[in-house]
Amino acid sequence: MALIGFVCAVVATPSLTMWPFVVQLLVLAVVAGLARLHPGRLLRGLAIEVPFVAFAFAMPFLATGDRITVAGLSVSVAGLWGAGTLLAKSTLGVLAALILAATTQRAEFVAGMQRLRLPSVLVEILSFMVRYLDVIAEQWHRMAIARTSRGFQARNPTSWSALSGAVGTGFIRAFERGERVHLAMLARGYSGALPEAIGAARAARPVEWGWAVLLVATSLTITSLSWGLA
Amino acid sequence: MHVPDGFLNLPTSAATAAIAAVGVGLAVRGARRELNERAAPLAGLVAAFIFATQMLNFPVAAGTSGHLLGGALAAILVGPWTATLCLTVVLIVQGFLFADGGITALGTNITLMALVGVWVGWGVFRLATKVLPKKLASIPVAGAIGGLLSVPAAALTFAALFAVGGTVPVPAETVAIAMGSVHLVIGIGEALITAAAISAVLAVRPDLVYGARGLTVTKPLQIKEGVLA
Repeated sequence: MALIGFVCAVVATPSLTMWPFVVQLLVLAVVAGLARLHPGRLLRGLAIEVPFVAFAFAMPFLATGDRITVAGLSVSVAGLWGAGTLLAKSTLGVLAALILAATTQRAEFVAGMQRLRLPSVLVEILSFMVRYLDVIAEQWHRMAIARTSRGFQARNPTSWSALSGAVGTGFIRAFERGERVHLAMLARGYSGALPEAIGAARAARPVEWGWAVLLVATSLTITSLSWGLA
Repeated sequence: MHVPDGFLNLPTSAATAAIAAVGVGLAVRGARRELNERAAPLAGLVAAFIFATQMLNFPVAAGTSGHLLGGALAAILVGPWTATLCLTVVLIVQGFLFADGGITALGTNITLMALVGVWVGWGVFRLATKVLPKKLASIPVAGAIGGLLSVPAAALTFAALFAVGGTVPVPAETVAIAMGSVHLVIGIGEALITAAAISAVLAVRPDLVYGARGLTVTKPLQIKEGVLA
């Protein structure tokens, strides 16, 4: 089930603002199941949410409105509801994005963005970034290994000057790599526009469109039902 | 720092998305002046650099650590228009491929970090360079001030957005004070790192620092007699 990024983006966006979260979660679970994703992978990805979970837990204590007492603590009802829906919504959003990321090749993602009529400059920057992301990340990693092998340990703010120096070096290396890439492209006849670099990924087939529309329609139906009942 | 889905209501998200679209549209035009046709590969590599920088954790104390946001740093190194584009792309990739920051909140995140973060950082930097003596040594200091103010500015913008379109009725002052004070502390870290990183680049390749243009001296190539003999 390789839904192309473009379709998934369309799917992901409307399914985020919904009320009956459990049903939505089931829908996403079905999609994940169809895509044969491992649940553990999705769970690990959820870790990114942690800082905001902390914020959500603080909310009941900060919010205004009626207060109730839960386990000896005075909390705001509105804050409690808000925290709950917030958690549910952001979890759904993160899950949807994770499913997209797991089912979509990066090149397909770039092509999808291009089909969504992102300005061409942005698409080009995006394609270069996606392409060189791992190179830069591995360079970072090598620099970290080099620091460690010199006995460096990042424990407290005294290490900042060393780390900032690394940021500066990292910038120079990234920029100079950019210069080299550009020169190499010029040598191969680059004229200022990327011809076929991002047109490689295929478009969504009608069947896939059908699935996408079905998914969005399901989400929207759930939402409108919940508004109708409320 | 990245706002997830469901934090702000739909009208606010849509409004910030519109602001972000206009801002990025302007940046697309502006970046043409900053970079020639080298734009794509260079800006792409800079975007990858910012992304990687945000993965580098700076230890604070007792096991906690923070990372650089890089708005002011990017603006000073490559110019504000290009920096806006780079951060926008970083946020798109983070939102879609790494689930960091919600997709409906993408407009909000771009407004906060790629527009407010970059332009406040850049504006303050420009002001500071006007006040400070016109020397290369002033650039990191000005960068520090830019970095210091850009972070709480983005945080306070978020607090204002939350007051307008937050999904939970937390009093606006509480959010503003909490966000503002926490991010002022983060801003201090951002300031120190921005300054140190800029001076590191200035020491090696001063010609690469956009904010230092006009201060660098280009020496003519000299071929001295007798050296090769």
